[in-house]
Amino acid sequence: MDAVLGQLFAGLSLGSVLLLAALGLALTFGQMGVINMAHGEFMMAGAYTAYVAQNVIADAGVALILAIPLGFVVGGVMGVVLEATLIRRMYLRPLDTLLVTWGVALILQQVARDVFGAPNVDVRAPSWLSGSVDLGITQVPAARLFILGLAVVAVTGLALVLTKTALGRRIRAVVQNRDLAETAGVSTRATDRLTFFIGSGLAGIAGVALTLLGSTGPTLGSNYIVDAFLVVVAGGVGQIKGTVIAAFGLGLLQAGIEYSTTASLAKVAVFALVVVFLQARPQGIFSVRTRSLA
Amino acid sequence: MNADYLELSDVRVTFDGFVAVDGVTMTVPRGDLRFLIGPNGAGKTTLVDAITGLAPATGSALFGRTELLGRKVHRIVRLGIGRTFQTATVFENLTVLQNLDIAAGAGRGPLTLLRRRSSVPAEVEEALETVGLVDVRDKPAGVLPHGQKQWLEIGMLIVQNARVLLLDEPVAGMSAQERADTGELLRRIGAERTVVVVEHDMDFMRCFADSVTVLHAGKVLSEGTVAQVQADPRVQEVYLGTAAEVGA
Amino acid sequence: MRRELGALIGFAVGALALLVLAPALLSDFRLSLLGKFVCYAIVAVGIGLAWGRGGMLTLGQGVFFGLGAYVMAMHLKLADAGPSGVPDFMKLYGSGEVPGWWEPFRSPVVTVIGVIAIPSLVALGLGAAVFRRRVRGAYFAILSQALAAAFAILLVGQHATIGGTNGLNGFRSFFGFALYDPVNKRMLFYIAASTLLVVLAIAWQLYRSRFGELLMAVRDQEERVRFLGYDPANIKIVAYVVAAAMAGVAGALFVPIVGIISPASVGVVPSIAFLIGVAIGGRSTLFGPAVGAIVVAWAQTTLSESFPSFWIYFQGALFLLVVAFLPSGLSTVASLRRRTREAT
Repeated sequence: MDAVLGQLFAGLSLGSVLLLAALGLALTFGQMGVINMAHGEFMMAGAYTAYVAQNVIADAGVALILAIPLGFVVGGVMGVVLEATLIRRMYLRPLDTLLVTWGVALILQQVARDVFGAPNVDVRAPSWLSGSVDLGITQVPAARLFILGLAVVAVTGLALVLTKTALGRRIRAVVQNRDLAETAGVSTRATDRLTFFIGSGLAGIAGVALTLLGSTGPTLGSNYIVDAFLVVVAGGVGQIKGTVIAAFGLGLLQAGIEYSTTASLAKVAVFALVVVFLQARPQGIFSVRTRSLA
Repeated sequence: MNADYLELSDVRVTFDGFVAVDGVTMTVPRGDLRFLIGPNGAGKTTLVDAITGLAPATGSALFGRTELLGRKVHRIVRLGIGRTFQTATVFENLTVLQNLDIAAGAGRGPLTLLRRRSSVPAEVEEALETVGLVDVRDKPAGVLPHGQKQWLEIGMLIVQNARVLLLDEPVAGMSAQERADTGELLRRIGAERTVVVVEHDMDFMRCFADSVTVLHAGKVLSEGTVAQVQADPRVQEVYLGTAAEVGA
Repeated sequence: MRRELGALIGFAVGALALLVLAPALLSDFRLSLLGKFVCYAIVAVGIGLAWGRGGMLTLGQGVFFGLGAYVMAMHLKLADAGPSGVPDFMKLYGSGEVPGWWEPFRSPVVTVIGVIAIPSLVALGLGAAVFRRRVRGAYFAILSQALAAAFAILLVGQHATIGGTNGLNGFRSFFGFALYDPVNKRMLFYIAASTLLVVLAIAWQLYRSRFGELLMAVRDQEERVRFLGYDPANIKIVAYVVAAAMAGVAGALFVPIVGIISPASVGVVPSIAFLIGVAIGGRSTLFGPAVGAIVVAWAQTTLSESFPSFWIYFQGALFLLVVAFLPSGLSTVASLRRRTREAT
């Protein structure tokens, strides 16, 4: 029983990490149809932000709490710069954009290597996150519980922004019909830029969270990015709930299969299941229906 | 050959609860140049989508004795149903000749496909003549003016041996001369085929339609010759505001 | 006609450079290095077919490369171990018994067939699953990349049966020829170079055939092709399978030339890296992908030795700039200039 609960929590925890990594990606992909391969490097930047914060501020707890908004801004600014310099210029070539952002990712990794050194660095978890929490039925690591909470906060925050603010309405309008939104007076340029800021900022937050789970290195982002992409593909674009369901679904699947086989076989099985799933729902769990042909 | 007609009965298309086509029944015999008109949102294009397998539909669409609904897009094409789209879609990077050659080749076996085109198939030559593109046969289709692109599309339908041609606004954006030429072209090729034209251009319809079906809110509102349809008070009501245009 | 002549000249130059000049001018070490680059070039020709001509951005060619390589590596390990022998690493890490799924690759014939057939079948399976359901564009790119990730992880996890992170290495002979003998190493180069020329000839025939025209039509207007009575999925599957088979053959040649295959050569990063040369050389040209792959690999070897950090910036920036501002690659710059000169 304990083992099952433990595995269930492991699945939820993995799901929350995937969700943090994929949330911003789904937002930018949904908005602009662009797969940003440098998203993982924005996560890496967030993680190094936490590292720098800890080197400046002695108290690990204060540093971590400060690193979350800082990571958001660092990721967001990098995203806006990328959008303004490259992505905006190649709007009609989404596949080429994917490759260009990979070139950016390559360069950013090398920057990290040159600035922080190739070996991984460690961010100390604050004392209140280093132990376990007794949930009555099972013991769970406090850091993982914190990340789960952070993911819930991030999703709720994004959902509020999308549904309750004028910016959110503009974003949803552009996702559903870019041309119509433009004719209706929505500045798609400004909306794109803000979407990229928020989406990339979420990557920064994800990076801060990842420092609690392991050490930080230049390739930190690329370890998570493929899984994050799978979440976006399986979840479909245009709706947050698709991403949430896909992230936790894949997390639980991975943990569940891992329980009976090995981690590597579970990875392969999850990939196969996503392909099978796409047979039934080629556009993911949820998609915005359009009436155009192409 | 007398089985060569299109017969729709009670065709229905629903998008997420929105009924776009609401029980359309109509028959188009061979040799008829049928115009499909109606206000925006009447379901004209969706009806064409349903027949060609692009939109899921219920009811029945018979070509001769063959049911079309429920088949895959490319299977329906191979049965002899061809269509064009509102925006001319040709292969811009390929020449006019290559465009037509591809259209002619849906039945080609793998061995033919893996060889080079050694000569121009007779039906392609013929179609080049019919649509008047002989002079530009080696130009990339992307550089053609809009009118010629539409003719190329019609030419592609001819070489793919379509028995039923469903044309979505073929003269939109054309000059008066191009419209007249297109009308003549449709007359020529329509004699042996079944042609359905979705159109907004009322002058064009009056000049070339053999018969007209008016759609409104997914239903057939009126059907008959141009004169009959124009005289129908229900049609005038639907086109209120544009009624003058129809009645003129 | 002029294009035909150009292709024939290209083949002649390629054959001269690879089969005559390179063996005459290069040391054994350099020639072996070039042999490795030629393997990358074979993968690149396949990517040119699938991506340049077919529009399928395949970020997972490392999988097919790896399948071909591991099949060959398994055979070489078994052959070194002798009839019914056990490869050395299995005695060290495994149960000391050869797993059943290794056994077929004792046969050279099965191995050669497997090198082509196994990648083709995997590509056929994935292609049929995704293209028939009209999964395309970025979705296909991501799935192909996830396949590469899953494949590499699977290999890493199988330490006892497939060498894990270490991969398979330490081969002593290639179909009976000792690999330490420089003459045999030269022979391997000739085999790889001839294979590249054959693969290019196959690509040439595909490009000038009706299939090639159709493939470009599918790339540019997939739905329109469907309305001409074709199933575009079939056309894409053929191109994807051929590209996979080419990658498999390249992997099989890579193993005896380089002497090792490990998960590090087949995962996500090497899979995308295969695209760099293709993009720079000109993705939809016949020779561009192969030339680009060789030049980029050569530059990487020479530059990254002395300036590792600089090389990564340079590579990333070049790739980025070419894809962003020169999508048809460097090899088209010349013809572009000619055209502008003719125009003025």
